[in-house]
Amino acid sequence: MSAVVASGVAPRPRPGQSIFRHHLVRAVISLATFLVLWEIGSRLKLPWVGDVPPPTVVMNAWLPLLSDPGYWYSWVQSSRRVLSGFLAAMLIGIPFGLAMATSRVFNDISFPVFEILRPIPPLAWVPAAIIFWPTQELSIGFVIFLGAIFTIMLNVIGGARSIDIRFFQAARSMGSSNWDIFRRIILPGVLPSIVVGMEVGIGITWNVVVAAEMISGGGGAIKSSAGGGLGFFIWNSYIGFSYPQIVVGMISIGIAGYISSAIIRRLGLMVTPWSRTR
Amino acid sequence: MSAVPTDSNKLRASIKAGELEVSHVSKSYGDATFRTEVVRDCSFKIERNKLTVMIGPSGCGKSTLIRLLAGFEEPTSGTIAINGQPVSGPGRDRLVLFQESALFPWMNTWDNVMYGPRARGEVTRETTELAEFLLNKVGLAQFRRKYPTQLSGGMQRRAELARAMINNPAVMILDEPFRGLDAMTKVLMWEYYAALFEETRRTNFFVTTDIDEAIFLADRLLIMSNIPTQVRAVLEIDLPRPRTQLELVENDRANEIKMQALSILHEEAMKSFSRGSKAAADFVDAYSKRVSKS
Repeated sequence: MSAVVASGVAPRPRPGQSIFRHHLVRAVISLATFLVLWEIGSRLKLPWVGDVPPPTVVMNAWLPLLSDPGYWYSWVQSSRRVLSGFLAAMLIGIPFGLAMATSRVFNDISFPVFEILRPIPPLAWVPAAIIFWPTQELSIGFVIFLGAIFTIMLNVIGGARSIDIRFFQAARSMGSSNWDIFRRIILPGVLPSIVVGMEVGIGITWNVVVAAEMISGGGGAIKSSAGGGLGFFIWNSYIGFSYPQIVVGMISIGIAGYISSAIIRRLGLMVTPWSRTR
Repeated sequence: MSAVPTDSNKLRASIKAGELEVSHVSKSYGDATFRTEVVRDCSFKIERNKLTVMIGPSGCGKSTLIRLLAGFEEPTSGTIAINGQPVSGPGRDRLVLFQESALFPWMNTWDNVMYGPRARGEVTRETTELAEFLLNKVGLAQFRRKYPTQLSGGMQRRAELARAMINNPAVMILDEPFRGLDAMTKVLMWEYYAALFEETRRTNFFVTTDIDEAIFLADRLLIMSNIPTQVRAVLEIDLPRPRTQLELVENDRANEIKMQALSILHEEAMKSFSRGSKAAADFVDAYSKRVSKS
């Protein structure tokens, strides 16, 4: 953010340095350095990196996949699972969080259960999810849902509780009803926190996609063996000793997570126009 | 400024100034074992059509008094009455301007000003015109689409004045509204705010810790004691209006009032300063002896 601002207001670029001021250039330098160090480390068989296939080998494994419809189907498959689990987490998490933040009684009743369920890792839910739900897709969606919902709820609760008390006092003095305060003070007041919760939450859904797609066992994979979802693709490559493909899957998930977070940030700025005007 | 109603007479005519009376009000916090009395048997009157300024050392309970007046909290004992009717809960007849801006950050200037009428379902042609008039009055007509974070500190305070005035409160309560503004902006805001008051003569209650601000603005000056707060003295500030900062510096009467107020305040501030600290109390004790000797 600051880099964007800095390059936006740069008054007089100093000669010989101007090209480095652009944040895109910096990003490319960062990535390139990372790849070069990785390549060198891998080739020299340095500890830890030595067992990881170097970027060139990974690229060689990746290129044929780019023309494999199964690989792209995995993208679609995983994105759809992440999106549905994430949407369910928002649909349930946001109202639940708002209710917990605004009602003392509701909070007292639901908080203990919430706090016990929260630390259980989504991975631990996998067996239960398989037993609970009639279809594989529902089980996968459920595990992803669990990954996101607690973060979203915590942010909603924290956001609603940190709304300045003077806003409520001012609104009340000017004649607001409870509903009016909810609609015009609490909702816009928590919106920035909801956006933050969504941004963190969508990252977690991609974190758990591997665990979730282990459930599928490749079920629903079409087109090719690479088509069971990105998470399953990694697991499958591991079982098949195809290490470069593991890295391809990892990077794919990384990119997918980056894109989703970027989209949410954009959407977030659109729904909270007052927060970008500083 | 032609399409906008600029009829100040109409504004003045619409104002129903009120009178607040605080009688024997006490307020304590905590339970029976750890009890802090913040306000003790406090009585004063905020007179109709006057600008009453309350000044006191910091931490003396002024903000607590404001919460009681506004109805955000109930006094432990005693009564607060507006125009003879006891108050209960917050109401549009007693609006508060808080220390730092309490404009809603997610609403632009126009929506902030229109908050009260919308909350009460009173969006009529008249209220929209009044909002337009007030926006012009506070000089923010060009900034109606700006969010509070895009306004300067002085603009925020003026927007807040407009947001309060559109609700036509019987008493306006201001809690150190110009705190945190730079010195120049502050003086401009005094002049602006005083002119606004002189034009409308709405009952105003203004709380501050700044003696120059107090004397510049006040019709009546309440000097408060250290905690638990009570009224130590009431000074009538009989300086002619409109006042200017330069004039007051040279005005003997103004300086006389200032000296008088400062000596009381100093005494109370010392108590406030030494409260809860043995070392500070010893210092104040030694200091007072030295002062009385000389």
